[in-house]
Amino acid sequence: MNWGSLEGFLQMGGYGLYVWGSYAVTAVLLVIEVIWLQARRRTIMQRLGLIRQISGRNANETSA
Amino acid sequence: MRRARIVAKPMSSTAINWFKYSAPATFYGLAGKLIPWFATGSIVLFAAGLYVGFFLAPTDFQQGESYRIIFIHVPAAWMSMFLYLLLAGYAALALIFNARLSAMMARAIAPTGALFTFIALWTGALWGRPTWGTYWVWDARLTSELILLFLYVGFIALQASIEDARRADRAGAVLAIVGAINVPIIYFSVQWWNTLHQGASVSLTRAPTMAAVMLQGMLLMVFACWFYAIAVILTRVRAIILERERGTAWLAERLDRGQA
Repeated sequence: MNWGSLEGFLQMGGYGLYVWGSYAVTAVLLVIEVIWLQARRRTIMQRLGLIRQISGRNANETSA
Repeated sequence: MRRARIVAKPMSSTAINWFKYSAPATFYGLAGKLIPWFATGSIVLFAAGLYVGFFLAPTDFQQGESYRIIFIHVPAAWMSMFLYLLLAGYAALALIFNARLSAMMARAIAPTGALFTFIALWTGALWGRPTWGTYWVWDARLTSELILLFLYVGFIALQASIEDARRADRAGAVLAIVGAINVPIIYFSVQWWNTLHQGASVSLTRAPTMAAVMLQGMLLMVFACWFYAIAVILTRVRAIILERERGTAWLAERLDRGQA
């Protein structure tokens, strides 16, 4: 075990800003990418659903 | 005509018919099954890699704790180069065989490749400050990695600027293939030019110059990044397939069955 305390862990031997600056930005970017992708998929699924609703109604009207 | 017949052929019981998965319709389902495994694997591997990197790996006798940036910097830099080669490979397949799915894969890789390139540059800057005394120098390794970021961004911007999807695919493919020359330049830059950046810590031909536990932590992070990239790229290619294949019979059938 390298760290006596949480404080020591956060300070990283005086390099805390550089080490945590690296990992924090990486983590934030990866999470943002995943959230964006989920939003993109939701948008497409909604649009596909709308298209199907409209075309389905048209199909019913013509068959009726 | 010929491709349609191959795709329609039922899967043989003795060998996997790989051509089957070159059709967006079948690949869409396969990717959907694979994503949860890679996503879960990525979380487990990140947790393991960070644990080894921060709690098991000892302090470096020269750089102190600042060296711990290596556990994200090197995997990100490797990913930025591997993903570019993968992108260029798919782009070449798309160009030669006029394969739709390959073009979509190239598109799906680009944003994640750009992301890892940015992370490599960002973490490199934050590592350079305490070890070299500067965030940035215009030396061969750093400059060629910056050019890699511009290549990714250029590829995305070029494809976004052309309205016709198939023409955008071809234009992007040419850019991606020509740009691939930059990857060996990045990789060998530390040997070819006198640079501030240190040489390779890990290579295939020599024993690694780092402690075993540090290497293990780094390799866990490399696998974590790969699993993350695969999960994200497959998710994106599924989104691209939905966008491009809307109005096709297979997608309508899938939605009728209630399968997303």
